[in-house]
Amino acid sequence: MARTSEVIGGKGRVFTDEDASHISRIEELSYDLKIREVMTTDLIVVSPKMKMQDVLELLRQGRISGAPVVWQGKLVGLISLEDLIRSMVNHELHKNVEDYMTRDVITVKSTDPVVKALEKFARTRVGRLPVLDPDGYLIGIITKGDITRGILFALHKDFQAEEIRVYRASHLFEDIVSDRTSLIMRYRIKAGDFTHGGAASANIKRALLRLGANTQIARRCGIAIYEAEMNQIIHTDQGGLIRVEIEPHRILMQAIDDGPGIPDIDQAMQPGFSTAPEFVRELGFGAGMGLVNIRRCVDKMSLTSIKGKGTRLIMKIYLQPEDSLKENNDRSLQEEDL
Amino acid sequence: MTLQEIIDQLDLKLLTESKDFASITPSSGYASDLLSCAMAGAKQNGIWITLQAHINIVAVAALLELSAVIITEGAQPDADTIERANQQGVTLLSTSEPTFSTAGRLWELGLRSG
Repeated sequence: MARTSEVIGGKGRVFTDEDASHISRIEELSYDLKIREVMTTDLIVVSPKMKMQDVLELLRQGRISGAPVVWQGKLVGLISLEDLIRSMVNHELHKNVEDYMTRDVITVKSTDPVVKALEKFARTRVGRLPVLDPDGYLIGIITKGDITRGILFALHKDFQAEEIRVYRASHLFEDIVSDRTSLIMRYRIKAGDFTHGGAASANIKRALLRLGANTQIARRCGIAIYEAEMNQIIHTDQGGLIRVEIEPHRILMQAIDDGPGIPDIDQAMQPGFSTAPEFVRELGFGAGMGLVNIRRCVDKMSLTSIKGKGTRLIMKIYLQPEDSLKENNDRSLQEEDL
Repeated sequence: MTLQEIIDQLDLKLLTESKDFASITPSSGYASDLLSCAMAGAKQNGIWITLQAHINIVAVAALLELSAVIITEGAQPDADTIERANQQGVTLLSTSEPTFSTAGRLWELGLRSG
């Protein structure tokens, strides 16, 4: 939490782009979470007409150090231990709350992000802030402890959400019963889109890990898809399609495009041979190792191309029984049957 | 040898979010400026030395689950590259030294090709 209030604390610091790139999930949460979601709504409030004597009892019994003063639903002040001590020093415990309360109260809105409260904590050094709804009625109170709890809870939810995703996905093939179940993912690859190069392979790798594939298999698929993806980005006229079909015992990956086609496939398969243009080589592509890497990573590879028509790359990885994704069928039907 | 020791010994500049580098032990080292060569040669949890500084090095590092990429000759990745690296949990380090001497230093420290 210290880091959060440091970065966004109201010290008049300009928030630069570089800062923005360092925003952590916690800082992001302090913007995403609303005060309403983390505040305490179980309130002890007092009336301005209450006697200081009774406030003393209330604070003692509630073990609290202050309370909002409310009149007809609206917040009119704040009464604290400090005010109580002043009234005792003056021997005025018989006086009303309105005579000793602080009227100038710093508040936050329930609809504001948590970061607003953090800014006010950093600037004013108060320990708690009354929370008002959009109509100005007091609906809660927020402390730094509430914020810490709220953020920890949200982080926990993030973590659980991923756990649930992994759990659900890893049981996909068990939960769905058919004679042959497969999951097909398709990715459209744009020609020349270097900025998103590697996005399809990263997504496929993540999907495989969630499905329960071991890291070695996920890595091999990731590398093969990455090379196929970059080939489409670098070499095709109109981009292409990457289609991945996952079955418990086998992963079939296809990269299909409609041109310009490879004139000499044997030559293209030679390590070090590349037709990549100069500007692409400067980026470190065009090593002539892409297809070689693919062959190394997959169990079966076939490359067909017709000049002017397009290229079709088919890659298969077989999962050994111990690696295979859990499924629910007796495998009595063979691939050819279906 | 931990990544923290490597960062300290080679006086590397951290370009991405800080992690507990003292708990990361790189498996091996690899040097190339060709992405497909890195894809083939760099090992999981390894360190990749390159002077490429553009966004595509992040995809390679993420796929291979490298422990860090050292960008040499003071090449500076742009903000998008650094942002993508942070999103994907990739650590980017920078040095003004050339690739050859950086690899040499790592070798002296005991890092091997793996």
